[in-house]
Amino acid sequence: MTESLVDELAPCRARSEPILRPGNTNCGGCGMSIGLNMLSRAVGDTPIQMVIPACCGIVTAGAFPSSAYGAPVVASTFASSAAVATGLAHVARLNGERTRVVCWAGDGGTYDIGLATLSAAAERDEDILYICYDNEIYGNTGGQRSSATPLGAVTTTTPAGKSIGKKDILSILVAHRVPYAASVSLAHPEDALRKLRRGLDTRGFAFLHILSPCPTGWKSEPSEGIELIRLAIRSGLFPVVEFAGSGPPAVAVEPDFSREALARYFELQGRFGKAEIDLDEVAASIRDTWARLGRPMPPGDER
Amino acid sequence: MTVELLSANHSAATAATLAGRANRTGRGFGGGVYPITPQTECIELLCKQEFEKGHVVRVESEHSAMAVCMGFSQAGARSFTASSSNGLAYMVENVFAAGLYRLPIVMMAVNRTLGPPWNIWVDHGDTLLLRDSGWMQLYCEDNQEVLDSILLAYRLAEDPRVLLPAMVCQDAFVLSHTLMQTDVPSQEQVDGFLPPLDLPHRLTDRPVTVGGLDSPHGTEAHRKQHAEAMARVPAVYAECQDAFEEVFGRRPADRVVPYRMEDADVALVSMGTTAATVRVAVDRLREQGVRAGGVRVRMFRPFPERALAEALAGCERVGILDRDISLGHGGVLWSESRGAVPRDALLQGYVLGLGGGDIRPEHIESLFGDLRARDAAAEPEIVEVAG
Repeated sequence: MTESLVDELAPCRARSEPILRPGNTNCGGCGMSIGLNMLSRAVGDTPIQMVIPACCGIVTAGAFPSSAYGAPVVASTFASSAAVATGLAHVARLNGERTRVVCWAGDGGTYDIGLATLSAAAERDEDILYICYDNEIYGNTGGQRSSATPLGAVTTTTPAGKSIGKKDILSILVAHRVPYAASVSLAHPEDALRKLRRGLDTRGFAFLHILSPCPTGWKSEPSEGIELIRLAIRSGLFPVVEFAGSGPPAVAVEPDFSREALARYFELQGRFGKAEIDLDEVAASIRDTWARLGRPMPPGDER
Repeated sequence: MTVELLSANHSAATAATLAGRANRTGRGFGGGVYPITPQTECIELLCKQEFEKGHVVRVESEHSAMAVCMGFSQAGARSFTASSSNGLAYMVENVFAAGLYRLPIVMMAVNRTLGPPWNIWVDHGDTLLLRDSGWMQLYCEDNQEVLDSILLAYRLAEDPRVLLPAMVCQDAFVLSHTLMQTDVPSQEQVDGFLPPLDLPHRLTDRPVTVGGLDSPHGTEAHRKQHAEAMARVPAVYAECQDAFEEVFGRRPADRVVPYRMEDADVALVSMGTTAATVRVAVDRLREQGVRAGGVRVRMFRPFPERALAEALAGCERVGILDRDISLGHGGVLWSESRGAVPRDALLQGYVLGLGGGDIRPEHIESLFGDLRARDAAAEPEIVEVAG
């Protein structure tokens, strides 16, 4: 960690009920479940309304009239979460309510079909917290590639492994000059909680990107999701960064660019089984990513 | 009430503004807007208005325009947008969503043909594409009717027995850009006609999921409730006409508007501005001793089958004029009206005026001539009028 978080970790005010209630039908080891529990702690007694597009996140709710969500939720059409949230947020402000409107969308609804809607809401600086839980796959429909699917990953529509890498969604949002944008590690709860709170407290558009393990799609052990996130961070594959205002990002968790961690990350996931993963190629891509972040890796620092 | 020289686009924006301001004591007003010819002047005027408690959001697409309206409406605000043609086609998914959520949004639609090839002129194919979306649909004949229908539509849509969105349709350029002396009501009058919206299913802090998963039986039940709400519309519409007349001093037209049908033995059924042209032709034929009549279908959804059957009762020859075409079948109005035509009458469908093809009284007179000369009905006829 590059900065002390102690002062920012005020005790959590208990929410009267969790955002994700017991009895939901999420797969074991689903990163979304962990993320929702973290959100629940961060929200405390702030009134929220959630907009969840037609993705795994809305299957989570279960069938009418029950709801696995302990918060009011609009199930929007796939591409529309940021636009529906826009309307809700405007009415809250018009009526002097402190309700925070939160979009909770997967990578399909964020990187692909919802990107224009998201971009427009970010450009207008709508008063929304948009959280993308990125499991790098269309999970709800059974595991097809999205533009968040990484190089080499086998999906039902890339049976030989995806031939190109993933889209850099955080840079796209940063290019909109939104007040707050950050990536969140599910393996570092203090940092995640701080960012979720900051996102909730931001006036205007805030964007959070959560890399969210999907044991079903990643063909990985449900118990190893957090370890996978740690490996992705250590190797530099998933930068845990924070953009607030201009200038280079704050790096919350420093990678050591470990080649061993990188190799282990691929080994633990069956989805990379078919493709010949060229670790040198991946390492070059990591080097490029960090150079773009304004934090170039030291030469030869690929242990 | 003041008289202003307004286009139908500006009539619509004026009515939406008055309706929006009338909800200042409720949860406010707003919507998403996006330009498309020939609707743009409507949202331009709306964007110039000031609202004590309202925001107009300039979005990046029609799909998002309707999504923003849904957000406003779900939070309990009054909501409005406008679109046309391919914009409506792009919006389709969220038009259905707004209907299925039972949100009383009002949308002004300028009827324009769908492209390609690109053509900005009138036909009804765009809004008829949305006939199954769970919205009410009203087709207007002049600018005053556009203004009045938007106010009426809010009262109807927000009635707790209805709670359905409403589309107010008007013909591209024939109305959208044509100026007409229009009575504009005062804010006080509109406040008296439109009480603050109290949406029973608005999102609060209660932990419910709106529009989530539904079982097959749940869906059957929800669709049935939706259909029952549609079935209540005619009675509520009549009440809204009474209330409108009481406040504004003029009565909005019925769902079906007959013209000289009392003793007509030959009649043409149409929608929108075509019906005004039919009236001119009817008058000319009546001067020649022909017992001609016209029927305008003003409300297309819910479809006023019984009212149409009453208007056509006793008529021996009925022609249906469609400014639209369901390719591979015929006109949509023809298809839907067939059950309302007397069983022993000769029924002929005509498709005309597509993509803004001219419809003049003489064209209508020639169709009356064709209908009167027929021995039997044939396949729907596509009428082209050169130049």
